[in-house]
Amino acid sequence: MSKTLRIDGARLPGQESPLSVLVSDGRIKAVGAELTGAEAVQVIDAAGLTLMPGFVDLCCNLREPGNGQKGNIASETRAAARGGYTTVCASPDTSPVNDSGAVTHLVRDVARARSGIRVLPIGAATRGLSGELLSDMVGLKAAGCVAFSNGSRAMANARILRRCMAYARTFDLTLMLQPLNQALAADGYAHDGRVAARLGLLGVPEVAETAAVMEMLLLAEETGVRLHLGQLSCGRSVAMVAEARARGVTVSADVAMHQLLFTEEALSGFDSRYHVVPPLRSEADRKALLEGVESGVIDAIVSQHQPHDSAAKQAPLGVTEPGLSTVESVFSMGLTLVRRGELSFAALTRALTTGPASIIGQRSEIAEGAEASLGLWDLNGEWRARPDTIRSVGQHVPVPNEPLPGVLRWTIHGGEVVCRPD
Amino acid sequence: MTDIPEVPVLLDRLEQRLKDFLEEKGIDRPLLVGIRTGGVWLAEALHARLGLIEPWGELDISFYRDDFSRIGLNPRVTPSHLPFETEDRDLVLVDDVIMSGRTIRAAMNELFDYGRPSSISLVALIDLGERELPIQPDVAACPLKLPPHQRVKLTGPQPLAVEIREVRA
Amino acid sequence: MIPATDPVVLSAHDRASRNLQLTGDGQLRHFITLDGLDLVMLTDILDTADSFIEVGERTIKKVPLLRGRTVVNLFFESSTRTRSTFELAAKRLSADVLNLDISTSATSKGETLSDTLLNLEAMASDMFVVRHSQSGAPHFIAESVTPGVAIINAGDGRHAHPTQAMLDMLTIRQNKGSFEGLRVAIVGDILHSRVARSQIRALQTLGVAEVRLIAPGTLLPADAESLGCTIEYDMRRGMADLDVVIMLRLQKERMEGALLPSEREFYRLYGLDTEKLALAKPDCIVMHPGPINRGVEIESAVADGPQSVILNQVTNGIAIRMAVMSMAMSGQVADRAARVRAQEADQ
Repeated sequence: MSKTLRIDGARLPGQESPLSVLVSDGRIKAVGAELTGAEAVQVIDAAGLTLMPGFVDLCCNLREPGNGQKGNIASETRAAARGGYTTVCASPDTSPVNDSGAVTHLVRDVARARSGIRVLPIGAATRGLSGELLSDMVGLKAAGCVAFSNGSRAMANARILRRCMAYARTFDLTLMLQPLNQALAADGYAHDGRVAARLGLLGVPEVAETAAVMEMLLLAEETGVRLHLGQLSCGRSVAMVAEARARGVTVSADVAMHQLLFTEEALSGFDSRYHVVPPLRSEADRKALLEGVESGVIDAIVSQHQPHDSAAKQAPLGVTEPGLSTVESVFSMGLTLVRRGELSFAALTRALTTGPASIIGQRSEIAEGAEASLGLWDLNGEWRARPDTIRSVGQHVPVPNEPLPGVLRWTIHGGEVVCRPD
Repeated sequence: MTDIPEVPVLLDRLEQRLKDFLEEKGIDRPLLVGIRTGGVWLAEALHARLGLIEPWGELDISFYRDDFSRIGLNPRVTPSHLPFETEDRDLVLVDDVIMSGRTIRAAMNELFDYGRPSSISLVALIDLGERELPIQPDVAACPLKLPPHQRVKLTGPQPLAVEIREVRA
Repeated sequence: MIPATDPVVLSAHDRASRNLQLTGDGQLRHFITLDGLDLVMLTDILDTADSFIEVGERTIKKVPLLRGRTVVNLFFESSTRTRSTFELAAKRLSADVLNLDISTSATSKGETLSDTLLNLEAMASDMFVVRHSQSGAPHFIAESVTPGVAIINAGDGRHAHPTQAMLDMLTIRQNKGSFEGLRVAIVGDILHSRVARSQIRALQTLGVAEVRLIAPGTLLPADAESLGCTIEYDMRRGMADLDVVIMLRLQKERMEGALLPSEREFYRLYGLDTEKLALAKPDCIVMHPGPINRGVEIESAVADGPQSVILNQVTNGIAIRMAVMSMAMSGQVADRAARVRAQEADQ
């Protein structure tokens, strides 16, 4: 007998009438109001809950392989499921770096055994992420890597970048690059703006990103590679991507959710929690990034989840490790923006589902015959991110102890319940 | 109600007793040092009455109090001002009210940081008793016994007046 | 905290700094930055320092305020000069002083800053005087050590050097009487200067008419205008109408990072010599936080001349440090009393 699951009483976003979803063999068999009588092994009463497609994250650090004190595939995918994600791309900056088929296989094997959701490895574009020697990208693809990135490290120079693109283009591989001119960024760790001026922080100028965006766009145009720009932070970058795309360059882009909610002001008081790469920038940049998501120039919102042990953040700002533990808070942060009228619900949903899915050749939808990967949310409920509510090893959440809108009740991936109410 | 004479009466009394005391001690060139705030007003008044030529000094004992660990630093501390050498001189310390004696201890500690005086005498307008240290005024104008809910304070500088206030327990 | 839609300029930082540094009833308990401290507080510090200047003129230059307290000089970046003035200030307050040169000990053995602090706390320290190469290190220390230890910032990264700025303010007040209407220029390496950042804040809070920053573009922070100062690249023009000119020290390594071509060119353009000083008001005073590079940022004849108040600055340094140390310790006393009261109320 096939495994069946029925969800009753859920609503699709913006719709009034409750409906049921019938899941069989991991797929959505039927969606409609008249299914309440259909037989199922398991029934979820989803009255008052909203049905969302499972989210897709293009940039998530699972910290495995690694020494484990910052998290592992089991802990961080559990956290991701709690955030409504059913597919996460595992960043290559693990220890060792995912620059060989062996590491890719390891990630996939561990994920198969310990993760309820889909883990898609991103391969390192250069060996050891050094930015100097190309990794065996074709071999990595065969092992299961869906795209290639250099983490948050820059290529050594434009010549290597150009060759990396040309090679990726030959084999139709997607390059996901975080644009950063390392010489301009130097030792900076904060936006080179008024907060850095006042607090004497080492600045990363906007041009450290925009110069790299321009260089990457020109090289992508020349080589014809499929380029995805990750974690944009500047308004100017969005405009440049839009302009390049209008010219026919194959380029997509994402932004980390925290860039849409916070600005450089978050570092007031030297709060190391908000030490992120790229840095949180000005209010004008934040507005432009929001517009980019709304208009679709920015295809995806990513979590850029970077769990750490507490010691990594317990130091003077400049010597702390960058990153936030975001994956459980992303949708709630997005709903905060929707409530304030800064982002539409449709754009938020698109940037968490179909937008990122299309970049890695996946699908994310609620339709008959589609994979049953879903989230059931109480959109009117509120929760607080605290040690007792957070499942990630990383406790440095973006919005600690404040009420956040949107409580995830259930996550279903491939027909299996992977997160249920506490 | 407690009955205290008016300040001019008290001052007359204080002046006379101080003169007698200095004469008895054979001190002919005393240096007056008032403890802020009330003591300074009194020192100024006595200075005029005694017709002294050398200036009087002002002492702010904030840095020498023994209750720093309980109440912290006086937020309105102003510099002490002793416009003379104290070495081998006869100092007359002037305060408005003496009670526990702790203020006087602090003031004497401070005076010794300026040098080694020949002697220090103590003048107080009102003596409340209740001593906690073996310190006694050489000259006082008026002893006074207050119930626990009352405090006495010299107000001034023009005119000088003694004020008795009720305090809540 | 979820930020508001339109964040007001640095108000969040000022609020955070005030809350960190002041007790519930507004007394100083740490002295880390001038951000968040108001005119009344800065004036209190200057007034208290005046009282300590008088103490410094006595035969015995010592008061018993911090008797039995332990002050630890935590210098993660070595500086004999600054450490000595803090040490002397603490000793004149009768505190016991422990000097730890952390730059060569704990951290080189791999011990984290947090571990070092926990160890020091166990020694029943009452106050840490902290110098660190990272901006914000004293903030971090104040937030992570248990309550009851006062943190005094002796210079952190490029962020702040508030005691240096306040002693400069004391020098200005002694020479000019008040801050009203003053035009003050800060000249040289503003970008890397923690002293300049604290001076700017102090001068603005104390209400001068103008703070002018005179430097080449490479030695100014990005968005320097947001500091609320006038920016001037031409020093000769920038000297006009000045009441006070503060020269900053130029580090030799600035030439290596291509921020400046040479010391010679810098001196010609931004060095204070007799000729440039003549363009300021005739009673303009010359200041320098030291140590001076003669012939790099200032001519000897000016540094030693009648308008120079550089030596007063040294005397004032001890008084200012005595003032903030005793005030912060006093705030800790008040804090402790408040905690005891809160505990009693709980029971």
